[in-house]
Amino acid sequence: MAMNEPRLNLIELTVSELSASLKRTVEDAFGHVRVRGELGNVKYHSSGHVYLDLKDDKASLAGVIWRGSAGRIRLKLEAGLEVVVTGRLTTYPGQSKYQIVIETLEPAGLGALMALVEERKKKLTAEGLFDPSRKQLLPFLPTVIGVITSPTGAVIRDILHRLADRFPRRVLVWPVRVQGEGSAEQIAAAIHGFNALDVQGPIPRPDLLIVARGGGSLEDLWSFNEEIVVRAAADSMIPLISAVGHETDVTLIDFAADVRAPTPTAAAEMAVPVRTELLVRIDSLARRTLASWQRSHEARRTELRAATRALPSADALFALARQRLDHATARLPRALIANTQTDRVRFSRIAGRIEPRLLGAQVERRRERLSNVARLLASALKTYRDARLTGIARHRERVTAFGERALRAICGLIDNRDLRTERAGQLLMAFSYRGVLERGFALVRDRDGTPLRRAAAIQAGQGLEIEFADGRARATADGAPALTPPPRRRGGSGGQGSLFDP
Amino acid sequence: MAANTNSDVPKLTFEKAIEELESIVKRLEEGKVPLEESVAIYERGEALKRRCEELLRQAEARVEKITLDAGGKPTGTSPLDVA
Repeated sequence: MAMNEPRLNLIELTVSELSASLKRTVEDAFGHVRVRGELGNVKYHSSGHVYLDLKDDKASLAGVIWRGSAGRIRLKLEAGLEVVVTGRLTTYPGQSKYQIVIETLEPAGLGALMALVEERKKKLTAEGLFDPSRKQLLPFLPTVIGVITSPTGAVIRDILHRLADRFPRRVLVWPVRVQGEGSAEQIAAAIHGFNALDVQGPIPRPDLLIVARGGGSLEDLWSFNEEIVVRAAADSMIPLISAVGHETDVTLIDFAADVRAPTPTAAAEMAVPVRTELLVRIDSLARRTLASWQRSHEARRTELRAATRALPSADALFALARQRLDHATARLPRALIANTQTDRVRFSRIAGRIEPRLLGAQVERRRERLSNVARLLASALKTYRDARLTGIARHRERVTAFGERALRAICGLIDNRDLRTERAGQLLMAFSYRGVLERGFALVRDRDGTPLRRAAAIQAGQGLEIEFADGRARATADGAPALTPPPRRRGGSGGQGSLFDP
Repeated sequence: MAANTNSDVPKLTFEKAIEELESIVKRLEEGKVPLEESVAIYERGEALKRRCEELLRQAEARVEKITLDAGGKPTGTSPLDVA
């Protein structure tokens, strides 16, 4: 029992009593604390509450941000962010746990946020999102300008005023929250939304976008550092001007935009040219067109006038020729008469000399020449005839001498020929078959008179005619001829026999 | 002929129109354009000037706000008064 006494001095508590007591103690003691730590395990619950851990290198503290407080936090929370929170500690008796209920949350100094931006910038740069090659040129004079910003406030007013001053254009404002929860998603959706509009649709697709927000703290501008916004800006097919914060504020969307404007007003200036300046320029160009055109015409006219003056008149051009013509015309009849006269004089001079006597003398001269030639011809003929007659007598003597010699030669020749003929006749007789017949041989013919030179040509019973020296006798072959084998080799007897086979 | 060659002018952007107008002025000022062509390009210059002025006259200051449905899709526009 002694052992139990000290125990008896202690009040026995139920678990609930202890937990409640603990809860009170903790809440009293840590009703308002400020804690610095690194975020870990951040979970946005659909209810709107945010659950997270606060950590340092040795310890971890569970935390919760109820929906009401979460809406006031401008940053999107993510693991790794160094923060300073204020809130109260409470326990969760059901699970023997304690946690901090966070009322405010701030990044732990600018350094932490800047580091996050730097890291993200490095990552997106590596992806090529900020490449200069992705930049589009702004249109010179956009027809419709899309502005993504808060529909209330100074920013949209500044932009519209500056546009109206320079060149009023149609402006479509896509209203978005520019800070706080959901703002990044809205901005990104607006960029995509403008890009998705049909050019011909009821809402015209802008040909230039301005994403704008007024100045603020780094946390205020945080949505424009969000990846979703930066990617949307980089992907925009419509040229995009970013105008976020003041000149010194740089957010990541500025790197992804095609052009960064230092302020919303500057964005409006980049968007449109100054209309009055353009009007002046057009006017000046038009005046110069007219003036230079007129000048060139005046120059041409002057040139023409000068050329006209230099051109001689048609009269002057022809005067000389006409004068020559006139002169010639005047001289023509006189020249004709003079010419005729000259001819006539020449004619009469010649005509006077033509007389019959002149002709008679000519004839006499020619007759004399003719009789001379005739005389010459007669004597030449006589000489020629004598010469020919002498030639003929000489030839006759030679012919007679030749005739005698020829007669003599012929007689000798004939005697000689007679002798040779007789000798040849005797030789012929000796060589004729008749000579052979005389020697006792006979010639066998068939009935047609064709001589038969071989026994093989004779068939049994064939009629034959045998010629002797003194006459012919008829005979008939009695059976087949018996052949004498030829003296030259000529195959076997079979070959011979086959000759007689029918 | 001039009417045909200038039929494209009403479709030109301001930039293209003013660029061409400037080049016409330059050529005319150099004074080396043959007469017939100078008339043609002068007429074209006039057409370009009218096109530029027309584009500059179209200075509408309509300001509208995109209206969105529950899903965040644009449904139309309504006038925006920022005053």
